[in-house]
Amino acid sequence: MSYQYPDERGHFGQYGGRYVAETLMPALLELEQAYAEVREDPAFQEEFRYYLKHYVGRPSPLYYARRLSEELGGAKIYLKREDLNHTGAHKVNNTVGQILLARRMGNNRVIAETGAGQHGVATATVAALFGMECDIFMGKEDIRRQALNVFRMKLLGARVHEVTSGTATLKDAMNDALRYWVTHVRDTFYVIGTVAGPHPYPMLVRDFQSVIGEEAKAQLHEAEGRLPDIAVACIGGGSNAMGLFYPFVKDAGVRLRGVEAAGLGVDTDKHAASISAGLPGVLHGNKTYLLQDADGQIQHAHSISAGLDYPGVGPEHAHLNDIERAEYVSITDQEALDAFQTLTRIEGIIPALESAHAIADVMRLAPTLDKDKIILVCLSGRGDKDIHTVADALGVEL
Amino acid sequence: MSSRIENTFAALQQRGEKALIPFITAGDPNLAVTADLILTLERGGADLIELGIPFSDPMADGPTIQAASERALAGGTTLEKVLALVAEVRKTSQIPLVLMGYYNPVFRYGVERFAKAASAAGVDALLLVDLPPEEAGEISAVMDEAGLALITLLAPTTPPERMQKLAAAAQGYLYYVSMTGVTGAQKITPESIRDAVEELKSYSAVPVGVGFGISTVDDARAVAAFADGVVVGSALVKIIEQYGTAPELQAQVEKFISALKQGLVAA
Repeated sequence: MSYQYPDERGHFGQYGGRYVAETLMPALLELEQAYAEVREDPAFQEEFRYYLKHYVGRPSPLYYARRLSEELGGAKIYLKREDLNHTGAHKVNNTVGQILLARRMGNNRVIAETGAGQHGVATATVAALFGMECDIFMGKEDIRRQALNVFRMKLLGARVHEVTSGTATLKDAMNDALRYWVTHVRDTFYVIGTVAGPHPYPMLVRDFQSVIGEEAKAQLHEAEGRLPDIAVACIGGGSNAMGLFYPFVKDAGVRLRGVEAAGLGVDTDKHAASISAGLPGVLHGNKTYLLQDADGQIQHAHSISAGLDYPGVGPEHAHLNDIERAEYVSITDQEALDAFQTLTRIEGIIPALESAHAIADVMRLAPTLDKDKIILVCLSGRGDKDIHTVADALGVEL
Repeated sequence: MSSRIENTFAALQQRGEKALIPFITAGDPNLAVTADLILTLERGGADLIELGIPFSDPMADGPTIQAASERALAGGTTLEKVLALVAEVRKTSQIPLVLMGYYNPVFRYGVERFAKAASAAGVDALLLVDLPPEEAGEISAVMDEAGLALITLLAPTTPPERMQKLAAAAQGYLYYVSMTGVTGAQKITPESIRDAVEELKSYSAVPVGVGFGISTVDDARAVAAFADGVVVGSALVKIIEQYGTAPELQAQVEKFISALKQGLVAA
């Protein structure tokens, strides 16, 4: 199959684009041009690979979850261990890429939004590595939920700005990061943490994260001599999922399956399932599926996992959904909590609550498949940051 | 194309005056008060009014207009109701009205449906902060057909070539954003933008208005020395925030706007 997205205007079918204030347009056009250059530049790609290998610790292992597979009694389950990366999640692949790009463009100041704090930590980490100034925007509610990551960012030398506007979560952190960027656009590089935002961000974040799917494809080929039947990943904005899916998009036989956060249920008003229960709209620089009311006002998202607590989704996922190249399902808070405990006990791996959504979907999917089928799932991050949230949910006082 | 906007600027030019363009958020503190405010602004000397469509995520706005948007939404303001408000105001006023806001409420309403309803209500133009020319193609033909001007924003970061291209294609008036930043955050230094505005006027097909950071009579007068119009938003919205539904609101707003207008006429 042919798949050439985004188009030259940054659109994925009807989604994507650059819906931003004029003040930012010149910076985005400059970024687009700079990225087009480094994309074809072997020296940049070599530098990127160098840091992924020696700093992040790539390639991350592809681990056959034997006990989990046997317990479920169906398909073989392979975990792509992004949790073993430096800083504990897939986010760092992207921050290494973007910060190397920022340096190429002569920027020494970076800003980022963060929800769970993983992208904030990954940005602050690479900013520390290169001696750059770093400002992180984080919702007040998330600062409360993720105190450990806040302290980590401060230790790394970043300034953490508490965002109190709107719902004080990830979408508002992104609003405030955009407001800060519009004010300091001449000397600041905005490191967006997911495959959303104005073009070229959805494309460049996808490209930097594609190392996940590329490695997994080669590793699975070595282990099994074939492609997976299904590739599964959780979706907030959708960067780990895009990174896993993209190298398989043209392999028509591989089912791509994104798992959104159903919170208390997609039939309630407390979830974050933008594709399953949202409508197309425009927010944060791109057109995509959004949780919104009939008047186009953005609604609160809810998920037990701060990293999935976002009322939108990357535009390429919206497109993959509409052309039916990928399928999107959802998992509730409770199902994710159960999966969190199951993986911890059966495999000795504590997953991030985000990743636990993907595991929960695999747990219901695997038993329905024959033993010769293979499920590849992205374990996007480790769960240390979520210990307090899980203890709370289980009624345990730490 | 909106004849109300063209006629207004033509008449101002004949009198040697500059346009005073206040911005208020529709539905702040409520829609009935907004209707009165429009008439008060006109009486006080406003030449054209930018009426904000409230949005949950106003990314280009500072705290003052964010709060106004939140108040309007909490009161149940919708785009439908804003259009009804315009239709109501049109019974008694012919002041040019520009709806200003973010794209999503218009997109969700339906672009064609919006264009028809807005035109029927008596809206003259639309200014969408997050719909740059690169994306405006998806609504421009429909707006043209309905006779609604699509106002273009230019910023201090806009490169000269791009500025020239956009200015040549502009409709209604050009909105020059005086600084890199959000609304109401900093104070303008008029002299720093004089050259940019004068250059812009030299190749613009339409009048050039300047906004962001203009809060006092002195600011407005200084900017009007070289621009065709001045936009005052946050400073006015602060008065609305302060008085809310109190009876003295209208008098306070009229006093503020007349002082600005006096400053412009004296310029």
